Amino acid sequence: MNRVLIASPLRSYTGGAAEVPGHGATVDEVVRNLDGEYPGIRFRMIDEQDRIRPHIKFAVGTTFVWSLDTPVEDGDDVHIIAALSGG
Amino acid sequence: MSDTVSRDDVVVFVSTRKGAFILTNTGGSWSINGPHHLGQIIHHLVQDPRNRNNLLMAASTGHLGPTMFRSSDMGATWAEVPNPPAFAKSDDESARSVNHTFWLTPSNASEPGTWYGGTSPQALFRTEDGGDTWTEVSGFNDTAVEKGWIMGPGDGTPDGPKLHSILVDPRDASHLYVSMSSGGTFESTDRGATWAPLNKGVLALFNPDPDPEFGHDPHCVVQHPLNPDRLYQQNHCGIYRIDRPENRWTRIGESMPAEIGDIGFPIVMHPRDPDTVWVFPMDGTEVWPRVSIGGKPAAYRSTDAGATWERQDKGLPSEQGWFTVKRQSMASDGCDPVGLYFGTTSGEVWASTDEGASWTQIAAHLPHIYAVETGVKP
Repeated sequence: MNRVLIASPLRSYTGGAAEVPGHGATVDEVVRNLDGEYPGIRFRMIDEQDRIRPHIKFAVGTTFVWSLDTPVEDGDDVHIIAALSGG
Repeated sequence: MSDTVSRDDVVVFVSTRKGAFILTNTGGSWSINGPHHLGQIIHHLVQDPRNRNNLLMAASTGHLGPTMFRSSDMGATWAEVPNPPAFAKSDDESARSVNHTFWLTPSNASEPGTWYGGTSPQALFRTEDGGDTWTEVSGFNDTAVEKGWIMGPGDGTPDGPKLHSILVDPRDASHLYVSMSSGGTFESTDRGATWAPLNKGVLALFNPDPDPEFGHDPHCVVQHPLNPDRLYQQNHCGIYRIDRPENRWTRIGESMPAEIGDIGFPIVMHPRDPDTVWVFPMDGTEVWPRVSIGGKPAAYRSTDAGATWERQDKGLPSEQGWFTVKRQSMASDGCDPVGLYFGTTSGEVWASTDEGASWTQIAAHLPHIYAVETGVKP
């Protein structure tokens, strides 16, 4: 089991929750399982070519990761971060 | 919208960079409902003329990917569609992904539930279930890539090249037109299976070939509901008209005053008179400021299919008015006399209830306006 920390632009999908339980052996699996719980959330972060969208970042624990294939250990926090950008 | 509409039944849908607003008119006074989806970039919000309770909204945000919302109660509640427009998954590293849906068009009355969507990067999508599930119109998308009608990510507006002005012939749902900025205008007579360019007569002054088959920059193309063979086009290089089955556009903007020129974004038709059309010129000189010319905004109307034009600026700022009216941000209603509406990049909505003879500001201080559409209360 993991804790998934949800960036504020995505909390409309989680009923306002800033963190939700998750599970998966990779970031990709965590996100796909999250989408099963909260339909539509994945497409806002990951495009149809399975690329992370430009203003979304992921971190496992305290380490930023750039690949959806990054392993996730049981108990790791998975952070979904909306990059500091815009106006 | 060919039947005359009561002015109290008019609804104005305003899409902005920070949410959507719905303006309604009661006894000559306008009220603003919204914001809907505050903070989301709303590219287009359109009422379904086949069921006026239904609205479809194309959205994205600065951080997140695109999505779409639909309402079956005129915006009282919204639901996110489960399968918004997306390209097929490919292993090609250059495979495209939808950045946003820019344009929405309902099909004609013979196809309830069918809508078309134009995206950035440029592609055409269709739904047949009211907006829940979208699929590529491969006959256009594949051909456009193969034939080079799409010239790449750097070839469009500041926030990406657009497919827009999707027109469905009210007589025949298999007869379609689409336009691309840039790329040009294209026609299909088999519901999108095959397409042909329709750009003869249109200038492409930015192109090394002055008379190419495609590659033009139509800003907005409209089709008259009562005479669907009459199309008008506000292009990067002038104003044009075509009467099908002619296949050559006629430039009608050369009769505009020389100091104004015929550059602009929107073009709007009178719903009952195919010879009457409005444009909103902008400054297309040197570095293309794209603002109202000389700081004196004005609409121009032709009542003779573009042979002559008259300036209509009563009520608009007479000086220091530097706003821009984008290609989706001007619309007419079905009233008699016709009402006109435009939204500005500075968040103002202006209206005319006398076919442009005079203008009144009906909303201000809204976010940057991307689109203005009219509708009718259910």
